[in-house]
Amino acid sequence: MKVREIIEILDAELLSGSENLDLEIYSACGADLMSDVMAYVKENVLLLTGLVNPQVVRTAEMMDIKVIAFVRGKNPVQNILDLAKDKGITVIATKHPMFIACGKLYSAGITGRGVWD
Amino acid sequence: MGLSNVLKLHFDIPANDFVSAGEASSSVKKTLSQLGIAPQVIKKSAIAMYEAEINAVIHANGGTADIEIDQDKVIIKIQDEGPGIPDLDLAMQEGFSTAPDTVRQMGFGAGMGLPNMKRYADELKINTEVGRGTTVIIRVNFA
Repeated sequence: MKVREIIEILDAELLSGSENLDLEIYSACGADLMSDVMAYVKENVLLLTGLVNPQVVRTAEMMDIKVIAFVRGKNPVQNILDLAKDKGITVIATKHPMFIACGKLYSAGITGRGVWD
Repeated sequence: MGLSNVLKLHFDIPANDFVSAGEASSSVKKTLSQLGIAPQVIKKSAIAMYEAEINAVIHANGGTADIEIDQDKVIIKIQDEGPGIPDLDLAMQEGFSTAPDTVRQMGFGAGMGLPNMKRYADELKINTEVGRGTTVIIRVNFA
């Protein structure tokens, strides 16, 4: 599923990084603890989180995650968006809570899960 | 790089600076990428180093990172003069954490930092002494 379709499904707003709108996303990870995210290995991942700080972008950077969705109506401050832009990471924001956001994407076909070794 | 060439990098990891935490790992990731190392290997190195860097920030008032890259591998040494780890076996268990709530609010302290380093490193060495500090050495092989 393309990032632009994800934005539509989540009724989300694009905050930065329009260059990834046609990127295909195969799986997603919903978490507020970044080390849990880093235990997760998969390509073309969307990260959904309610945590809003620069380390979310750092975590995405280390993991080659190109799209972050902030849930529950949280809006990142400018320095977070600047860092994301610098790293080529798309940031979107949705008013839906985590459970609903994940449910909507799962129903729409993103059913891939992570791989733990 | 020639056969005998070793690229060495040094970074200071500032104390209690949660905004810039991860800059050293980011810089090493960029260097490995410029050297043409395989993306999967870069990712393993970056995640393992980032966890160690974050640990130095949240537990140990920062520290230093020394990196050595040769044609076969990257060796990442993160050194701090923090409180040390009293029970390393316990600390290696997934989910075990001594991080305060303030750290959890920042998205860390899930008890996955050391397990993640072990997961992604080809070799992980930890030297720690209570009251003296901790040195973490992560080796990731390129092939």
